[in-house]
Parts: sequence; C-alpha cells; structure tokens
Amino acid sequence: MFVELQDINKSFGNVKASQGVSFGIEKGKLSALLGPSGSGKTTVLRMIAGLETADEGEIRIDGKRVNELEPRERGIGFVFQNYALFRYMNVYENIAFGLKVQKMSREEVKNRVEELLSLVELKGLEKRFPNELSGGQRQRVAFARALAPEPSVLLLDEPFAAIDAKVRGELRRWLRDMIHRVGITSIFVTHDQDEAVEVADGIIVMDKGRIEQTGTPGEIYRTPKTAFVAGFIGEPVIIKDFGRLKGFSAEGYDHAVIRPEFVEAFKSDNAHFKKILPFAEKGVIKDIVFRGNTYAVKLDVGGMELVCHRSLERRPIEIGEQMNVIVYRLFAVKGNDIELMKNGNLGDDSSDQLEKYLYGDSGYFVG
Amino acid sequence: MTDRKDNAKLKGIRHRSIERVLIIISTIFAAVMLVLPLGYVIVQSFSKGAAFYLSAITTENVISALQLSLFAAGIALLVNTFFGIMAGILLTRYSFRGKQVLGALIDIPFSVSPVIAGLSYIMLFGRTGWLSPVVDDLNSLTGLGVKIVFALPGVVLATIFVTFPFISREIIPVLNAAGTDEEEAAGLMGAGAFTVFRRITLPHMKWALLYGMILCTARALGEFGAVNALSRTRGETFTLPLEVDALYLSGSADSIVAAFAVSSILVLMAMLLLVLKTFTEYHMNKTGRS
Repeated sequence: MFVELQDINKSFGNVKASQGVSFGIEKGKLSALLGPSGSGKTTVLRMIAGLETADEGEIRIDGKRVNELEPRERGIGFVFQNYALFRYMNVYENIAFGLKVQKMSREEVKNRVEELLSLVELKGLEKRFPNELSGGQRQRVAFARALAPEPSVLLLDEPFAAIDAKVRGELRRWLRDMIHRVGITSIFVTHDQDEAVEVADGIIVMDKGRIEQTGTPGEIYRTPKTAFVAGFIGEPVIIKDFGRLKGFSAEGYDHAVIRPEFVEAFKSDNAHFKKILPFAEKGVIKDIVFRGNTYAVKLDVGGMELVCHRSLERRPIEIGEQMNVIVYRLFAVKGNDIELMKNGNLGDDSSDQLEKYLYGDSGYFVG
Repeated sequence: MTDRKDNAKLKGIRHRSIERVLIIISTIFAAVMLVLPLGYVIVQSFSKGAAFYLSAITTENVISALQLSLFAAGIALLVNTFFGIMAGILLTRYSFRGKQVLGALIDIPFSVSPVIAGLSYIMLFGRTGWLSPVVDDLNSLTGLGVKIVFALPGVVLATIFVTFPFISREIIPVLNAAGTDEEEAAGLMGAGAFTVFRRITLPHMKWALLYGMILCTARALGEFGAVNALSRTRGETFTLPLEVDALYLSGSADSIVAAFAVSSILVLMAMLLLVLKTFTEYHMNKTGRS
C-alpha cells in the first residue's frame, strides 16, 4: 500500500472527526473518499496532507511514517475545493510557484511549466489571471500547479463542486484520464456518489468519522456491507413493513432498502410477465418523472411508496393507472447489518428472469 | 446602477425624492461642518499678508513643532505597522485561548479618551509610577539619562497609543475575507512562512495596509490630548497642534493669526493624506471586486 492510514483518531473539541480510520491505497490508483457532508472525509484528506494533525494513529506514505513531517516535506500535491489559485499571479506564475520556491533554475522552471501547460491544454493562457478563467480552466491550472513539483501523492478536495453541472461530466472524464496518464496515486473527496462511481478505481465510504466500507465502485454499489451504505448508495427507498410484500418475510429486520432497479411494474396484459403475475402486487402510479433516458415512476403499493425506472421504449403509462408491481429483491436491514433478500416466489434465477422479461427474445425492450 | 433606466425603477428605500433630499442634506452638512471651517482657517491665515504668513510658520517654535510632529508620526507609523501586521495575522490565522479578549484590547485607544491615556503614562512612568524603577535601572545600566514624561519619548509613546488600532483594524477583515487556502497551497508547495507572507498574504492586504497607514499618520499628526498631557516645554516637546494651541491662547491679534497660519500646515497635510486615502480606497474596491 502506497498511502496507508492506521487507526487515525481526530477530535475538534467535542466533535469526533475521525474514529479509528484505517485504509490503504495502492500505488497509481485513483480513490474516492465518499460521504455526506460532515462525515469527516475532508479532515482525513487534510491530515494526509499535514494541514491537520492526527490525535492518534499513523499515516504512512511509501512505507514511511509522515505524522511528524511538515506538509511541504510530504511530497503532496493538493487541489483545493475552490482551487485556491494565487489571485495576484497569472497562470504561468501560479504553476511556476512551487518550482521557484524549490530554487529550480529559470530555464528548468520554464520547461516544466510549458510541459504542464501542454499537458492540461492551456497553452496561450499563460498571462491570464485566475479571475479571467472559466471554472474548468481554473481546475486545470490547479491540477497543473499541484503536479508541478512532481509530488508522489495527489489529493483533491471536492474537485468538481465549483464546476457547472453542464461541464462536470466532461471534466470528470478528463481528470480521470489525466490522472491515469500521469500515473500518480490520487485521493479525492466527494459527496456525490455518481462522481465517485464514475471516476474512482476504488471507493472509501465514510460516515460520522468512521469508514463504512471500502471496495471497487462495483462492489460498493452491488454489495453494500452496512445499513448506512445501503441507504446512501444508489437511489434507495426505505420501506418499514416490507413483510407485506409477497415473497418476503420481515421478521427480525428493522426495515428494507429497495432500489428502483429491484422493482418492476407492468400492465396486466403483458405476456412476458404472465408467469409471475400471481406473485405481483397491485400498485397505482402516483408520479412520473421524466429523466431523459428513462422515466422514474413512483408507485403506491398498499401504502408503501416504491420507485421503479421505466424505459422510454415501453408502452406509455399515466398517473393514476393501476400496474402490477413485483419486487425482485431488496436489502433487509437489521441494526447495522444488511442482507440481500430475494423474492421467495421467483426462485433462485430471479435475476436471469429480469433480463429475459426486460429484453424479450429479439433483444429489444418489450411493453 | 448609474444609468437612467435603473434609477427610474428604484425600490424599497431607494426613491428618487429620497435620493434628492439626502444629497441636499449631506452636501449642506459637509459644507457647513467640514469644508467651511477649514476654508476659514486658510483665509484667516493670510489675513495679515503673505509676508506675515511666511514669518509666522518659520519661527523656531513652529519648526521644532513640525519636526517633532513628523518624527512622532513616523515612529508611530513604523511601530504600529509592525505590531498591526503581527496582531492582524495572529488574530486571523491562529486560534488560541483568550483570542477574543486580545482582539478587544486592541480597541482600547478607540474607547479611552486620549487625555486619560496621557495621564496614565505620567502615572506609569512618573517618579512614583510602576515602571519608573525599570526606566531608572535601564538608565544606570546604559549610562543614559532618558526621561519619558515631559520629554520626547513620552510624546512618541502617547502618539503610538492613540494610533495603535488603525492598521490592525483595517487589515483584519481583509485577511479574514482572503481565507487561508492560498497560503496553505503555497505552504504545501514548499514555501516557508516568510515566502508565504511576502508572496501571498502581503499582496492580499497591501491596499488595506496602506489605507490603515494613512489613517494612522493622519491621526498621529492631529493628536492633541494625549500629547498635551505629556508635554510641557514649548519649542522642545510641543507638536504642531500644541503649538497652535499655545499661539492661540497667548491672545494677541498677531498670535491668533499666526495660530491660523500654523493650522494651515496641518490642513495642507490632511488634504494630502485625503488624496492618498481616496486613491487607496479606489484600489481597495477594485481589487475587492475581482
């Protein structure tokens, strides 16, 4: 593990910002620290950088304990949430700053800055000041500036928070590709799960100063390990008395987390669902939200509010229409533990069935 | 906001008629209370002709007072710039027990009457004062015979006291608004504390600092009460305001006109500082907006 945290504790007065935080990140990997605001993720990032001091525990970079090292001795590049570009310096001076304080020769500084400018595709903007740049350009300058002194670890605090939603997606891909191309071990903090899932090689989920789960985006999404992760990732709907749903028993569980992709709603005359019609509930469409590529359909099933996604290719539906609703599976929560529970009526191959029902034999969506 | 269309649609407290009334009242107030008296000083100072004016402002006492005023203001400016920056950085970049109290202490000169400040220095450094043994010890140690009260050091101390808060009060809000991100970023890239101060912090606060320095100088030149308490010898420890007072109180028709003539020097310096201050304010607003 290139970056390693072991049993880190940190308090601000009575607030416990980190409690027993331990994780490791492999060299060259891009990891996301994901959690709601106030979960302590930024504190962890600042402790790695040395901008905060851990009360207890050890932080290692490349096998070496760095707790006692000054921030500038740790070999860390840091991209701040609002980029913290030096507003009284132009783009060139911003990127050159870290090189000049290292007493590099003028010629070396010039070469390195030019190399970075072409890497982040900002050639020609050297003379601009930060307030003359767009959000995306500022991010690139911050990125180039952080990389200039050739740090061994790059830390990014909410790197997309200050970017317009429109260009955020493009910048995510840009940053991911750029970090992989440079090959630098990186950790970024985010509260946005889409961002974490799309950009990171690995995700560390935090809540209330503790690590909830670590894993690849796929693992975190498909197999949440704690009640918090199940209720945080995806588009979770919490259902209290899920035992009322056919095929499930709620005995011994607190509640269930049901994601839209676990739910199917179909019309009674749909031939593809004929076999499972007896296991379906009756549900009324309460609301239909157009999402561009799908509809999010809100259903009232005997007082329980479920959500499912519906392809635009399928037959039109309308609010108030009665549908047959089937829940394929759900996360049953007991205390902090969760369990994936399948619909008992559908048998073990319910997932295969789902695909068959959705696509039909020809591979196209069916009504 | 300056174009006509916007003005026509002023809302809330912003009405056309209110605007006019406010402009009229403010202009009359400024003219009667501020401009007229100063204009009167200038006019009066020349009432006995240019030759009299020149001789009135070149007496030994006046030259000495001018020198002392500039000297005291200069020292106060240096000392308060140094301590003002120190206090500003301490109060915005560090958190420690008693920070609020320290912040409030800095404002003492704003709330305490200068005369009381002067008197308290007399008590403190006078023959029975708490600090007089310290001064005596230092004098016997160094072989110098430095006197504080009723001497030049007292005048300088009093001037420093009354101008103490100006610089820190100007830079503290600017430092707070600038935040610490850029300083942290520079530090992470390997810059030492002094480099961070010189390259990041100082550019942030330079206009506010200059503004505070101008206010500090203006206040130092104009100070009367505190210096008056600590100063007795005309021609030696008198600053310009004290000299004006002495001339005026001596009561002859000539000396009163001379008092106006000497006052005009202070007015002139104030005007100069006002121009500088306006220039600085303009820059402060410009950088504040970007």
